[in-house]
Amino acid sequence: MTSPNLRSAYGASLVRLGKKDERVVALEADLGKSTQSVMFQAEFPDRYFQMGIAEQNMASTAAGFALSGMIPFIHSFAVFASGRTYDQLRNSICIPNLPVRICGSSAGLSDFGDGKTHQGVEDAALMRSLPNMTVLCPADSIEVEQMMDCMLDWPGPVYFRINRNDLPFVYPEGEPYSIGKVTRLREGNEAAIFGSGIMVSKALEAAKALETEGISTRVINISTIKPLDREAVIRYARGVDAIVTAEEHSIIGGIGSAVVEALRGVSHAPVEFVGVPDSFGISAEGYDELLVHFKLTSDEIARTVKTLLKGTEKCASVL
Amino acid sequence: MANAEEIQRIKKLAWDLRADIVRMIGVGKAGHLGGSCSLAETVAALYFGKMHFDPKALHDPNRDRFLVSKGHSVLVQYAALVELGAIPREEMGKLKTLGGKLQGHPDMMTPGMEAVTGSLGQGLSIATGMALALRLRKSPARVYVVIGDGELAEGQLWEAAMAAARYKLDSLTAILDRNRIQATGPTKEIFDIPNLEDKWRAFGWNVLNVDGHDVGPILDVLDKATAIKGGPTVIVADTVKGKGVSFAENTAAFHNGAMTREQYDQALVEIEESRRMVQ
Repeated sequence: MTSPNLRSAYGASLVRLGKKDERVVALEADLGKSTQSVMFQAEFPDRYFQMGIAEQNMASTAAGFALSGMIPFIHSFAVFASGRTYDQLRNSICIPNLPVRICGSSAGLSDFGDGKTHQGVEDAALMRSLPNMTVLCPADSIEVEQMMDCMLDWPGPVYFRINRNDLPFVYPEGEPYSIGKVTRLREGNEAAIFGSGIMVSKALEAAKALETEGISTRVINISTIKPLDREAVIRYARGVDAIVTAEEHSIIGGIGSAVVEALRGVSHAPVEFVGVPDSFGISAEGYDELLVHFKLTSDEIARTVKTLLKGTEKCASVL
Repeated sequence: MANAEEIQRIKKLAWDLRADIVRMIGVGKAGHLGGSCSLAETVAALYFGKMHFDPKALHDPNRDRFLVSKGHSVLVQYAALVELGAIPREEMGKLKTLGGKLQGHPDMMTPGMEAVTGSLGQGLSIATGMALALRLRKSPARVYVVIGDGELAEGQLWEAAMAAARYKLDSLTAILDRNRIQATGPTKEIFDIPNLEDKWRAFGWNVLNVDGHDVGPILDVLDKATAIKGGPTVIVADTVKGKGVSFAENTAAFHNGAMTREQYDQALVEIEESRRMVQ
């Protein structure tokens, strides 16, 4: 039985990969209990490397492992795994296109108490801008497992944005997974919501609420932020009157941006973003409280859909 | 101890590398002459004397690895790989050109390159990862990495130094090219880092010193580094930036300078003369 906790699913998957393939090694920067890389340590102490609180060295060391035929997984909080190490990821890893796996744990606002310095809401933007980098953001722990199963063969570097918490199961049972796949989780013909990570389950809640008001809404899970399946985005954006993106990330450079980039050059319904405005996070007593503070809720998604639809009506009446 | 004949052969090859560095840079184009020339004897001793490296088997998992962390000095590595036949000689004329294989800094598109370096401070970490992986795979291969004295201001190098000592990586040898000049002036004036040997010892490394232009002692010190078990070794090689080209010696002007036609010709004449004088 898969745990609904993304970090537990990650740690268990890493152990599974380690059993399957001796090339898998894990490097940690003193956050193993949080990232759950400790599960790998317990099973494979010889292939686990504690690198101390020195993320930059950890990243370039992983490049050396990969250049010697290994598949290294490096771990830290998302904010450090992407930001502290940006130059090392760029030069040591992405230029030579090495199969280093970067686990950005406690992504988004999920480290609610620790505040601005520890909440990673720009990581996807940074990682998306790096050539050769694949950027993944699982919507539930099933998807974590599915993604991890691809890690022995996927070429080049991969960045995972992993939430700290338990998330509702949304991945359709029996649905085959592949990196790059954009999955429609709910059919609808008036509005489309593209979500990633934690916001996928909130988008599904929003669509359900909208249905009671007679608004038919489709929900699409973008768990591969890069490379983004542009054709799928265009296909799922077609035929609706409103498009909303929802992400636990800055509205600059995340999936909202990625969806609009994908839709460039084709006519489409108006798009609005639900995400963190151009700001850092903040400390709060609880995660849900923080999500409400930043309006990362199903209510906000539904409200945004309705606002766009009203605007469309207004336009139609003017015409 | 290396024999006299072997030493003489490698000394001549070091001058050949310098001549090829000058030819690669050419006339009127900026190139990293200074830091490449300071490494000629070290690189010659490694590629033509010490390293287990077959230019026909560049991907042999058990080859010894050589990386230049101060990646701008890669010209000397290109010259060695040209000499060994791993890089076609005609590529020398296409340095830093579109369509050429020789990039301004080490890149995997060039045969024989082991890593991407050049954003300073990362090479020792990469070498550490290689040495850890090779030990895990029970490979006898050694890893050699050149770092610069100006580069030592990068904090990541010291993170890597701690990690390599923590993991007792005796298959790892760092060679510190102490030429005492960095991009904008003397290292002592720009950012002095005193008591270098003590610092490395305090970080858990074995420290050896050598005249970085004397091939016999370089070969000996590399053997010594191989013999030391239980931890990594740094060889502090005292060198002259721009060694062998009089107008480029000990000056920051040729860290990345362009030669006039006259300077180019003079450099090749001086190098040829030095090569002729090798005993």
